[in-house]
Amino acid sequence: MKLALRELRRRPSRFAVAAGVLTLIVVLLSFLGGLLDGLFLGSTGALSAQRADVFVYSANSRDSFLRSRIEPDVRAEVAAVEGVDTVGGLGIGLLTAAVPGQQDPADVALIGFEQPATGIPAPPPDGQAFADRRLETAGVRVGQTLEIGRSRTPIRVVGWVRDSNYLLQGGLWVNADTWRATVSAARPDLRVADGVMQVLVVSGSGTPASLAERIDAATAGATRSLSRDDAILSIPGTKEQRSTFLQIIFTTLAVAAMVIGLFFSLLTLERTGLYGVLKALGSSSRQLFGGVVAQAVLVTVVALVIGEILTIGLTAIAPSSIPIELTASRSAFVAVGMLAASVAGSVVSLRRVVRIDPASAIGTSS
Amino acid sequence: MTALELRDVGKIYGSDENRVVALEHATLSVADDEMLALLGPSGSGKTTLLSIAGGLLSPTSGRVEVGGQDISAFNASQLNRFRRESVGFVFQQVNLVPFLTARENLMVVDEISGARSGRASAGRADQLLGELGLAERGENMPNELSGGERQRVAVGRALMNEPRLVLIDEPTSALDTQLGNQVMELIRQEIKERGTAAVIVTHDTRMIHYCDRTVSIVDGVLRDDAGASAAH
Repeated sequence: MKLALRELRRRPSRFAVAAGVLTLIVVLLSFLGGLLDGLFLGSTGALSAQRADVFVYSANSRDSFLRSRIEPDVRAEVAAVEGVDTVGGLGIGLLTAAVPGQQDPADVALIGFEQPATGIPAPPPDGQAFADRRLETAGVRVGQTLEIGRSRTPIRVVGWVRDSNYLLQGGLWVNADTWRATVSAARPDLRVADGVMQVLVVSGSGTPASLAERIDAATAGATRSLSRDDAILSIPGTKEQRSTFLQIIFTTLAVAAMVIGLFFSLLTLERTGLYGVLKALGSSSRQLFGGVVAQAVLVTVVALVIGEILTIGLTAIAPSSIPIELTASRSAFVAVGMLAASVAGSVVSLRRVVRIDPASAIGTSS
Repeated sequence: MTALELRDVGKIYGSDENRVVALEHATLSVADDEMLALLGPSGSGKTTLLSIAGGLLSPTSGRVEVGGQDISAFNASQLNRFRRESVGFVFQQVNLVPFLTARENLMVVDEISGARSGRASAGRADQLLGELGLAERGENMPNELSGGERQRVAVGRALMNEPRLVLIDEPTSALDTQLGNQVMELIRQEIKERGTAAVIVTHDTRMIHYCDRTVSIVDGVLRDDAGASAAH
């Protein structure tokens, strides 16, 4: 092991190619992960910000906000369920907004809400909205009055919020009455009657699953309740998006394992003579293989550090239209994945190390 | 005391029609501070004998004792331990670790066995390098050393674990006569000072006068050149 580490220190150039390739793989993985997280958050931020255990849809909605309607009587039934602490209404309308001084309208997700969410304070007064920072790139500024939809309903932006978008459209957070009025005016086909919301966000005691079950039982099948994670994944396209990205990410990790496997098996092949001598001197296969694994892991660690730094640098200069989101948990995922790939890759050399015959050190002439 | 005792040792490679008898009824004993030259043409079985004596190969038949320890029935990990602790090797191709200094090449032996560590190991390595005339070369890498110096480092490595028996394969094959003599002189000096036994495989008859006794091997059969089969 000590021998392997000393080789790394004395002859770093031998490992430079492998470290370089692995660094590029780390950058690729971090970007893919960052894009996945960015797109995912851009699609689902409005829901993941909710401090709720369960989302309650109407039974016939097929888990879609747009189709779901919760009438006041159903809401009262939900609120009366044992263990339910808070109930808030939520509604989303995908609309366009005319921005003063801008030629192109901005795509907005007009979100009506009743309870503060993570990073989002209590609902503003009528006719006012909190806008997501995402809308800044469309020219939206605090203090402006936007005109929503064909009805040109005026809404004044009074503050910024973050990570609160829906289906990659900038979140515009208004109170429930403003939401109903605006959506009904802009899209008469989606008219929402007084007191009606699309979905209820509920928090309460017990597991989300049991809470959901109790709620659906209490409304006699008028509702369909989902845990927060299920509600997020029911947003159109998110599941597919995530599984596509994860497939690319895991394929890339497999490529990393192959790179490490190939590199270290070539290195082991080159060291056959040396390993023969070391075995003749009494080294065990375990000692020698441990050295190979240690080198693979260390080269990977170096690649991870350089790759992460490069990713942070590249993200900083990337145009803001690319929705990259770098998170500590994604970095940890990449790190764990790469380290697992390095160990898996070095296992390829195990058989070769074991099969080296110590007697080969002493010549084969007789 | 005998350092090495082979009794009726045989080694057969392959089976049936591919059978090759590399060593047949080899009986040999080497005394504790004896230096034995093993002479023979290539293919005669001398490398096989050396490998069996050093626990690199297991014999097909017969009994091998090193320092009173019967190693003929040892399994792979017992043989590993035996090689770490009880024998020293000098290989034909010098085979130093290319990315370690001369001194570290000696200390590798202690790293493998965990016998000594740090300063104790460095002290032992420095002592050996001094005896071998390499006191100034301890920090040099193998590619900065001459052929003779590399061979001397390899001798030092073989003595690092204070073995009962040192096995040396063609120590002078890559050296000119003068350097060959120098290395043989040093080997003899180190062996005799320590009372360690040595078996030196060579086909270089110029070198055999450094040894106490010469044994020839032809087609896997040993013949004591002094005419006596017992150790002297």
